Parts: sequence; C-alpha cells; structure tokens
Amino acid sequence: MTVTRQDVVDFLYKEAKLLDEWKLTEWAELFTDDGTYIVPPIGEPEASPVNSLFYIHDSRTRLQDRAERLLKKEAHVEYPHSTTIRNYHNIIVDKLDQEVIEAECNFTTYRTKREVLDSFVGRQQFEIVQQNGQLAIKSKKVILHLDSLRPQGKISLIL
Amino acid sequence: MNNLIQENMEKSEFLVHRSVFTDREVLAQERAEIFNKCWLFIGHETEVPTPGDYRRKKVGGRNLLLVHSQDGEIRALYNTCPHRGALVCRENEGNSRVFRCFYHAWSFKNDGELVGMPGKDGFPEDFNAEGTKNMKAVNRMESYRGFLFVNFDDNAISLDEYLGNAKEYIDLVVDQSEFGMEVLGGVQEYSVRANWKLLAENSVDLYHGMPTHKTYFDIKQSQDPDLKRVQLEGKGVELGNGHAVIEYVAPWGRPVAQWTPIWDENLKRDMENMKARLIERYGEQRAERIANYNRNILIFPNLVINDIMAVTARTFYPSSPGYMEVSGYALAPKGEDEGHRLARNNNFLEFLGPGGFATPDDNEALELCQEAYNNNQEVEWNDISKGMGREDGALATDELQMRSFWRQYNKILKPVLQKEVAHK
Repeated sequence: MTVTRQDVVDFLYKEAKLLDEWKLTEWAELFTDDGTYIVPPIGEPEASPVNSLFYIHDSRTRLQDRAERLLKKEAHVEYPHSTTIRNYHNIIVDKLDQEVIEAECNFTTYRTKREVLDSFVGRQQFEIVQQNGQLAIKSKKVILHLDSLRPQGKISLIL
Repeated sequence: MNNLIQENMEKSEFLVHRSVFTDREVLAQERAEIFNKCWLFIGHETEVPTPGDYRRKKVGGRNLLLVHSQDGEIRALYNTCPHRGALVCRENEGNSRVFRCFYHAWSFKNDGELVGMPGKDGFPEDFNAEGTKNMKAVNRMESYRGFLFVNFDDNAISLDEYLGNAKEYIDLVVDQSEFGMEVLGGVQEYSVRANWKLLAENSVDLYHGMPTHKTYFDIKQSQDPDLKRVQLEGKGVELGNGHAVIEYVAPWGRPVAQWTPIWDENLKRDMENMKARLIERYGEQRAERIANYNRNILIFPNLVINDIMAVTARTFYPSSPGYMEVSGYALAPKGEDEGHRLARNNNFLEFLGPGGFATPDDNEALELCQEAYNNNQEVEWNDISKGMGREDGALATDELQMRSFWRQYNKILKPVLQKEVAHK
C-alpha cells in the first residue's frame, strides 16, 4: 500500500480522537507489538533513560497497563474521567517511502476536572509503520515545552 | 482556635484542627517558626560534582544557587544581586567561574565575591572592604552522607544533632551502595493543589496503600502468578524532632536487592550476588534490612526519602495554604550496571512521579482533602488515631508516623499562636 501524507495525518487525528473519547484500549491497539510511549524530562528531550528520570517510559506491556488502569474506577485521579481536548498542529510527515515513516507535530492538550483547566503543550514525534495493511505506531515521544509541571502537577492522562 | 491538636491517651484519640491546612495566619507562622528555623534539604552533592557546577534551587521560599565554588567548597548563594536585587543567575544549571548580573553588569566569582563592575571611578576604593557587596551565602549549610541541607537560623543546632535517630535509616539507604548514591538527571518539578503537610503525612502513610493504589497492586499480581496476597507489613517508628519512618515488606521488586518476575534471570543472579556482598559487608541481619525491607523516611518538616521500588527524595514548600511546589529526585548507587539501572528506573516510573501509576492518585487524594476543607467551619477535626493504643509496637499501617510529625509541629507552633491570641 502506498501511504500518503493525508493517510498519516488522518491516522494521527484518529489517535487523538480515541484518547479524547477515552477509548484507551483501542488506543493501545494502534501500537505495534514493540511499540513504545515515552515522555522524557522537561528540557532534555534527548536524555537517556539510564541516566535521567523520565516522566513516562512505557514498553508495549506498560502502555497497555496504563490504558487499562485508567479505565478502572480505582484510577482515582481520572475518576470520574476528566474532559480533554487534544489538538495536533504543524504536522510534518517525512520518509513516506520508507519502512518507518516519521511524523512530527506541535500539540496542545487541555484537561479539565473539578472546574480546573490545565494545558499541556509541546511536540510529539511518531514512528509509524504498516502492519496488516494498516498504519501502526512504533513509537510515540512527547516532548513537553513547559518550564515544569506547575500548575498541572501530574500527567495522569495519556498525552 | 485553642489547640492545633488534641491528644487523648485514655480515649486513644488524636485530632488535628483542619484550620492548619487553610489558614493564612498559620502559614505565616509556619514560615517564621518552621521554614526559617529547621534544616531544609537543598539537594545532593552529586548534583554539583565539579568546581563551577551550579544549580538553581528554591528552598524555604528563597531563590538559591547551589554552587561548587572554585575553592572546592559547596555553597548556597542567595541568587540576588547585592546592588539592586535582580536575580543574578538565570540558567537552571550549568558550569561557570563567574556569575554576572545583566542589569548593571556586576560580576561575581562562583564563591560570591564581587570582582567587577562598570564605572568603578564612581565608588570609593574600599567600596567592598567588608564584603557586603558580595553575593551572600547561606551561613548554615551542612551535609549528611551526600544530602545537603541549609538552615536560615544561624543559631540552629547542628544538622547531625537535628537528624538524630533518622541517621540510622538514611544510613540503611546509602549503605546499599559501595560507592555512594548519586542523583539522576531530570529532577521532577511539579505541584499539588493541596496543603504541604498533607504530603508529609501521605509519604509515610501505609494505611492508604491498598485502597488508594489498588490498580498498582492489581498490576503487580498480574505480573507475579505466585503473589497470592498483597502483603504490606512492618513497623512504624517515631524518631524524635518530628522525624518518623515506616519499615516494611512489600510485593514489589527492589533494585538492591529483591528480584521480581518482571525482571530476567540475569538480574536475578546479579541481585543474589548483591545480597551476598551485602551479607559480607554488614552481616545477615543488616543485609536483609537493606535488601528486602522498604523504608519511607520523613525528615521534619519537608523532606521525604523513600527507599521502596526505587529510591526517591522529595521536598515541598507551600506558596499558599492550598498549593505546594514539589521537587522529586531519583537516587541510585554510583557505578550501577546499565541494565540494572534501567530496570530500577522503570520500576520507579511504574509507581512514582507525576506519570506513575500511583503518585497521581496520591495527589488526587490530597486535593480532595483540600477541596473539602471548605467545610472546616462545621467539621473541624482530622482523626489521626490509628494505633494510639500500641505506640511502642506500632504497625507500619498505623498512624504513629503522622502523630510524630504533628507533635513536633504543635510543639513549635502552639506557643507562638497562643502568644498571638494573648496579643489580640
């Protein structure tokens, strides 16, 4: 299958929409068997997970655990579920003709709960491959463009 | 308000007045009597290992600059220009021999000494003869096994005396490494919309473990088919000066050195060797404590060192009664093997930090407490009574640790608040 830029953009929008609709197991299914989801330390996007403390460094197993946990009533921080809006902008797609397609975008994610609105901004980098005739995420890296997690305090939702 | 706490041994009841979480006057007194007089954690010596290394730190409401000066000494400089007050160093971290205030270009050596300013002819020759135009350093800075503390009270007792019985437990954390501990990059700077004392309580509270963190323990059980029942058992100990600890067994893996089935056989062998080495160094009993027991240590007022599924230190400070800023550190043995370190870090992130499976639920609990304190007028007291009848043999799931904190808190603030009432 020849993949177009529009296919990739549609795929990213679908990913964001699944998260906004709390379809988190469906979100996890977008990933390849070796898929990863990571959030490196603020200001150190190229840090090594050996020498630096990340916020999130999920293997495929852990991102599945994350998705399933957040759907439980005992995931107190997200129960009742927060309301979220994810926007992807300035999307750049590269290496469309190669095995691993690269996509980058700016993002703004808003989360509101108990009448407090928090916003998360930054860049996301995706590695996307074809799997069984469909696109799949090999890696999703979220680079926060913030000074700190204040006042957000936590990354309880999936960015 | 008459009393901050009510302690009734006969009824085995311990109450804390909820105004301490919401009242601005109380916060003002906490700043004056606690944060201006107690030893406060500023960082770890491995954050500034070589001369010139510096990191900005917020401690006790101050803007400080932790710097390894060229003369070899580690100092905490107040990050403010002696001239007109501007913040001198604006980078969060780096290495420099000189700090220069951009406003009027005064420059300072990294020990704080003024070394240059434009328009020198406008000042007398002995302008800085008494050193009053140097960047000022915090007078009291002391360290214990790599942990650096400052105290803004020049007359404070020594750090060693202040830590007292807590040193035994800090030793157990540090002794897991033959070469000392180091701080990882990426200190987690976050916040909680809750009073700072709620985090002090929460960090040594094992009673909340199961109900609050059920989803984490569900994951642990799915990883380990042999884990029939989640066991969180141990003791709670009052350490004096408001410090306290819980020491207990738990079902998670410990990088030094309790293997768990999510780790591979190589790590298993590594950990058995580590344990054997610990026995060589410390004997069977202490090795068992270091390797297989968990410790949550509360150093009054605002430092927590948790040696659990990984080692974390967190410190926190209130910018208002209902909001605190938290700094979360990860510590690990120097020279740790890479595979081992990665397993440790992944173990950390499964539970701890703003993106973990547990810490955000803790924060939510604290925020819900804070939100519901708007009922304080009619519902006045928190209950901290669990285990009051067995304080000599308190369980880790009792609340002795919190009572230790509150007793010290009350000892410090009660006389001051009573004096205030008398003046009114």
